[in-house]
Amino acid sequence: MNAPVPTASLADPTIEAAPYATLTVRIRRDDGFQAFTVARRPAQTVLDVVTEIQREQDPTLAYRFACRVGMCGSCAMTVNGRPRWTCRTRVAAVAENDGLTLEPLRNLPVVKDLAVDMEPFFQKWTAAHGAFEPGAAPLDDFAVVAPDSPERRAVDAGIECINCGVCYAACDVVTWNPDYLGPAALNRAWTLVNDVRDRGQDARLEAVSGDGGCQSCHTHMSCTEHCPKALAPTFAIAGLKRATSRSALKRFGARHFRRSA
Amino acid sequence: MSPLLYVAQRGTAVILAVAVAVHLGTILYAVRGGLTAGEILGRTQGNLAFFVFYNVFVVAAAIHAPIGLRSILREWTPWRGRSLDGAMLAVAALLLVLGLHAALAVYVA
Ligand code: HEM
Ligand code: SF4
Ligand code: SF4
Ligand code: FES
Repeated sequence: MNAPVPTASLADPTIEAAPYATLTVRIRRDDGFQAFTVARRPAQTVLDVVTEIQREQDPTLAYRFACRVGMCGSCAMTVNGRPRWTCRTRVAAVAENDGLTLEPLRNLPVVKDLAVDMEPFFQKWTAAHGAFEPGAAPLDDFAVVAPDSPERRAVDAGIECINCGVCYAACDVVTWNPDYLGPAALNRAWTLVNDVRDRGQDARLEAVSGDGGCQSCHTHMSCTEHCPKALAPTFAIAGLKRATSRSALKRFGARHFRRSA
Repeated sequence: MSPLLYVAQRGTAVILAVAVAVHLGTILYAVRGGLTAGEILGRTQGNLAFFVFYNVFVVAAAIHAPIGLRSILREWTPWRGRSLDGAMLAVAALLLVLGLHAALAVYVA
């Protein structure tokens, strides 16, 4: 499911800024918070603010962005305590008392200022077998997947993830349990578990199980609450819990109750 | 937690949900008309249905609680590995022994 793209209308209160108004921006730098003052502008985004500060006030400020339109997933930061895409967040929608507090994403090592190292996030994506596994020999023919089959619908529900790390930063279990694969990687694994062409399912179910796996999710729903694409990793993880339980019970039954041949 | 521990914890949770309700009902029944140990035991002892029920309750709790405690300890302390798993087995054994002992004591008292 894609998040609805808001159509800008002049009635939108997040577009027009009061003339002469200013914004106080506290930014977490490597040596504590630093305050900046920036003019309010119409339809200003949090990323606009950071860019203005970096270009006009302090060129040493480090942050990351690329597309500016919610497609690349590189601009996420903690804005007034919540993880968000800064490019698609209007200042007027989140400022509190004409102020913004910007910090790097939680749960990832900080490289400098607002830029975090995404390496652990992508390592877990790989560890969760987040890549399609075609098997040894290619299929003889195209796989026919009915668009309204339950599997295809489950894939559709989670496929639009852009790896922004917002859910990963929102998840307390990642904070408490550094081995936990996290909502994005598990959501990705669930889309592949439902890919009928994939030939690596047993290994994937194994990879998403255990103390770092889906069973460690407490269904807090922070990931689902914060995902800017309105995906629901919590439900994907619930699907993995069911699938891994089923396969573990099957194996358990085969080991202990199968009549010896 | 492994998928089998997960299944065990959720499965026993279902049993516990029912058992806690029955247990509350039992408390209401047992304390009617007098709160001394003798009066309460007079209504509960020797009842085989109670005895079987409380054994099931105890076994379910002894499986359910240590699995949950293990998750909590892994999240809130650096404790990991075989020593943690061994300690949780000990907790399970303790719950089992204390619980079954109490159920038996009420039955034969
Ligand atoms: C009404 C009966 C009960 C139900 C329905 C129930 C259900 C559950 C469920 C679903 C979880 C998993 C939570 C998660 O992973 O996020 C859980 C965890 C836990 N349960 Fe129970 N439970 C019950 C009774 C008990 C009892 C009687 C005990 C103690 C003797 C107990 C101790 C625990 C512990 C320590 C945890 C770990 C906490 C956690 O993982 O968040 N539960 N319970
Ligand atoms: S699931 Fe949502 S929040 Fe998480 S990485 Fe993907 S797009 Fe971002
Ligand atoms: S639902 Fe699971 S993955 Fe999502 S925030 Fe909660 S614990 Fe983390
Ligand atoms: S800059 Fe690409 S998603 Fe924000």
